Amino acid sequence: MFSLLRTMWLTFLHAFHKRDTVLYPEEKNYLPPRWRGRIVLTRDPDGGERCVACNLCAAACPVDCIALQATEDPTGRRYPEFFQINFSRCIFCGFCEEACPTYAIQLIPDFEMGEYNRQNLVYEKDDLLINGEGKYHGYNYYKVAGMAIGGKDKGEAENETPPVDIKSLLP
Amino acid sequence: MEEVAPKVTIFIDGQPFEVKPGKNLLEACLSLGEDLPYFCWHPAMGSVGACRQCAVKVFKDENDTVGRLIMSCMEPVRDGLRLSIQNPQAKDFRSNIIGWLMTNHPHDCAVCDEGGSCHLQDMTVMTGHNYRKYTFEKRTYRNQYLGPFLNHEMNRCIQCYRCVRYYKDYAGGKDLDVFAAHNHLYFGRHEDGMLESEFSGNLAEVCPTGVFTDKTLKEHYTRKWDLTTAPSVCQHCSLGCNTIAGERYGTLRNITTRFNGEVNGYFLCDRGRFGYEFVNSASRVRKPLVRSKLPESTSKSIALEEAAKMIRNGRVIGIGSPRASMESNFALKTLVGDEHFYQGVSEPDHDLVEFNLEVLQQTEAHILSLKEVERCDAVFILGEDLTNTAPMLDLAVRQSVRQQPMLEDVPKAGFPMWQDAAVRELIQDKKGPLFIASFQPTKLDEIATETFNATPAEIARLGFIVASIIAGEEITVHDVSEQTQRLAKQIADTLLSAQKPAVISGTHGGRESIIKAAANIGNALKAKGKDVGIMLTAPECNSIGLDMLGGHRLESAFDAIGNGYADTVIILENDLYRRASAAQVNKFFDKCKHVIVLDSLHNKTTERADVLFAAGTYAESDGTLVNNEGRAQRFYQVYPTTEDMQESWRWLIQLGDQVQHQHMRGWEHFDDLLPAMVVAHPNLIGIESITPPAEFRIAGQKIPRATHRFSGRTAMNAVNNVSEPKPAEDPDSALSFTMEGYRGQAPSSIIPFYWSPGWNSVQAINKYQLEVGGPLRGGDPGARLIKPTLQSRSTHFNEAPEHFQPLDRHLFLVPLYHTFGTEELSVHTKGILEKSPEPYVMLNSHDAQEMNLAEGDTLAFKIEEQVYQLPVKTGSFIARGAAGLPIGLPGLPFAALPAWGILNREISWKKQPQPIS
Ligand code: SF4
Ligand code: SF4
Ligand code: SF4
Ligand code: SF4
Ligand code: FES
Repeated sequence: MFSLLRTMWLTFLHAFHKRDTVLYPEEKNYLPPRWRGRIVLTRDPDGGERCVACNLCAAACPVDCIALQATEDPTGRRYPEFFQINFSRCIFCGFCEEACPTYAIQLIPDFEMGEYNRQNLVYEKDDLLINGEGKYHGYNYYKVAGMAIGGKDKGEAENETPPVDIKSLLP
Repeated sequence: MEEVAPKVTIFIDGQPFEVKPGKNLLEACLSLGEDLPYFCWHPAMGSVGACRQCAVKVFKDENDTVGRLIMSCMEPVRDGLRLSIQNPQAKDFRSNIIGWLMTNHPHDCAVCDEGGSCHLQDMTVMTGHNYRKYTFEKRTYRNQYLGPFLNHEMNRCIQCYRCVRYYKDYAGGKDLDVFAAHNHLYFGRHEDGMLESEFSGNLAEVCPTGVFTDKTLKEHYTRKWDLTTAPSVCQHCSLGCNTIAGERYGTLRNITTRFNGEVNGYFLCDRGRFGYEFVNSASRVRKPLVRSKLPESTSKSIALEEAAKMIRNGRVIGIGSPRASMESNFALKTLVGDEHFYQGVSEPDHDLVEFNLEVLQQTEAHILSLKEVERCDAVFILGEDLTNTAPMLDLAVRQSVRQQPMLEDVPKAGFPMWQDAAVRELIQDKKGPLFIASFQPTKLDEIATETFNATPAEIARLGFIVASIIAGEEITVHDVSEQTQRLAKQIADTLLSAQKPAVISGTHGGRESIIKAAANIGNALKAKGKDVGIMLTAPECNSIGLDMLGGHRLESAFDAIGNGYADTVIILENDLYRRASAAQVNKFFDKCKHVIVLDSLHNKTTERADVLFAAGTYAESDGTLVNNEGRAQRFYQVYPTTEDMQESWRWLIQLGDQVQHQHMRGWEHFDDLLPAMVVAHPNLIGIESITPPAEFRIAGQKIPRATHRFSGRTAMNAVNNVSEPKPAEDPDSALSFTMEGYRGQAPSSIIPFYWSPGWNSVQAINKYQLEVGGPLRGGDPGARLIKPTLQSRSTHFNEAPEHFQPLDRHLFLVPLYHTFGTEELSVHTKGILEKSPEPYVMLNSHDAQEMNLAEGDTLAFKIEEQVYQLPVKTGSFIARGAAGLPIGLPGLPFAALPAWGILNREISWKKQPQPIS
């Protein structure tokens, strides 16, 4: 009996508490930067596409909603020819971001992706690629990797010595 | 067969295991299913102990707790030996070794084509070296251009030496080596350029890292885990090497080796590995076409109706094909009736293949498999340029010449055969006997004891003499030069003194008499009690199978239409312009009322079709091929297709249904065809059971074609339709098109890919073998249909041909073959076309001089009605009065070779008596 009354009293008190509900969409809530929302593909500090089409995100994806195809530009730089994410399947687990060796794929604090037509939830590279570095600044995978690409020859990556002269016997 | 030695006991981490003696510890451990990392050891190439990755601890006895580190690949198995893989010191050592090997390894995995099927990745994980410790500067290299097949990324090298050991030592290549010194070792060519070896593609599988990778895959790169793969069989020559074909997004992406201990082992030739691009060609027939409805394609039902109308109202004949599966040929044969089925091969090939088969069925000699050729210790090749006609046989012969010195010297020196470096050091350049009789010098000549370049007739004569000498009978061949006699004596003596002599011949010599001679030699050796083997090549992937099915010759088909005996023809996957002269085929088509063609690529024959059905290639079909030794092997559809494109046999069954064919009633699936085929052709018994039936399940599940990591399933079709379609089903086999299914090992004949936990690279093959390097668990796939019968009688042929006589104003044209260029389908690969020669004619240099022709000048001649104008190449080993004409090259009109070519009247050429042999 007492507990019943107590419950009613507490419920009544809530009527005078500060409101937790906000008047979305007029009022927007704060989402922390690590919130796992809409997925973007970012660019490296030089403005190049960060994604090297390694397929690791696709392999990590538990619902298999990422499909892409690798291709190369004439200088040997690899990038995705197409990159599709089916957001009607995506569970926003962030595994793709975890798997990405280049910081290309990132989940950002945006969840406003509602659509009337489910087909519109299939995002192409054009819809995903942003003009910035996203959450992780400064990293440029090709500056670390050993592949020569346009603007970075062999031996010009971080911690690399110039190509060896194989005709020389000097140590 | 090898004697079964008693097993010995070794202790691994305290556990006793029974193992076969004679192996090394690494092999023993791997065969027992242990995970022990390695790099430089390769099951086909033995051990050199170069990488130090396979270290284990070995203990003196059970009281020894300290032990010593040894390289397991260099230590033979001994009874009672105690070793530890898990010993902390051994583990630490291995993890440090890989760290050192990788100090200079670039940060490339994400953009490396090896990634996901990389032995180096697997081994780093296995040793626990997941994080790099080395943080200092890395050495770099410039890469080389190595031709259209392989990509080079030298930074990734870990100096295991496998590439040079394979390329130089195993495959006999000359243009890949190791350069420079100390930590600057460089594995590549002396300068940029195309790799010369026909077996270069294997480097992509031999190299445990991403230094050498498949360049054709790079054009449409896909990780191994994303491929949908199926067991397949190479369609580009008669040997029938086993392959794995991989698809992604509806196109074929790559071909890799499927291990078959009896056939190709761990390797493939470049034609087989890279010749797959025709499947993705723009000139594919993708939809049925009906001439009256052109230029639009039609639907399946309209095409079937139109064709059925033609069949119902016409007198129909069918022309089969040696590049179509047994099932397709059989379906056509049933549809048109046995008496109306024609084989669809050129005149010379028809006779030669038929004769080949006869010899295989009757020979007393053992019919060799590709693998057995490697173990033969004396080889005599008659009339074949193996490198160009049956490439993997070249590779097998290259191993056989090492047999004799190895068997002689190594046991004396007292170390095991797998000690590769020691064995090679010991036998140096010593080579076992190899004799080659061919029309022109071949690539194998460099390892041959003696060679003999002459016309087919002279080659046959030599063979007959050898056979007579072996049999100890009187030589019936007349008019033999002393030189030839001496050579014949040498060959005969050598074959007689060998333990396992082999005779290799086939259809490419262009003469029945050559095969006869080979058969005689085989039988003569057998009569002398020799364990002799014979191998005969055939023209195409299913030549022997087609011949076993039977059928009339193509010429009769031309007559049947020409005489008005028939008016409608169904042509199965066959470009008749490659089988008979253009004039003949044109006349044939002009006479036909209706032409129904089934093919996968547009060609000159499909242009004449009234109804053209889109036939699936091997990647889109299920089927069986019978290779040159009579081995039936099944290939599986790799990916589902739309209903507009399907297997030829399915089209034919549906046609049969339309015309309510009584013999085809109830046929629907692959498994319906096989029992019917065996009933109609008892000589094919065995073909119905080479693979498990379509209902086969393990734990109620199908075998998945895709790996469990297959990605993108819910996104790859989403652009077209976000609601995923139901996955395609495969009613014809025990394989499923998706990743769903049984995760364990599939039966050996339907292994779609090699994978084992921790083993993502091709090296996972170890886990599928009974013992490392040995046959697959459950036996190597495929079955020999030609079995030695009790009725085998040693047919003795005695029609040795007469000497070759040059003819005034004529050239005797002999067919020449090219690994890259001769075969119809593989030239659709850009790189293969790049490597194939321009049409030419090869003359004796003296003949050329007499005709006032320099290299490159044009020579005009006529074969039958066909006029040829070709640039001249000259060679001093070509028989005088004869010439070589490459056949099958794109753009070169057909000629039934060997044949006499009439020289253009303008060119006068004095006749001279010439000694030929
Ligand atoms: S993991 Fe990163 S780099 Fe690799 S394909 Fe995905 S987004 Fe691109
Ligand atoms: S060779 Fe292997 S380990 Fe090296 S970059 Fe390529 S995938 Fe990575
Ligand atoms: S290129 Fe490959 S096979 Fe050759 S030594 Fe380097 S890692 Fe080994
Ligand atoms: S040898 Fe013949 S069957 Fe084998 S891979 Fe080469 S072309 Fe194919
Ligand atoms: S595998 Fe034993 S040392 Fe390389």
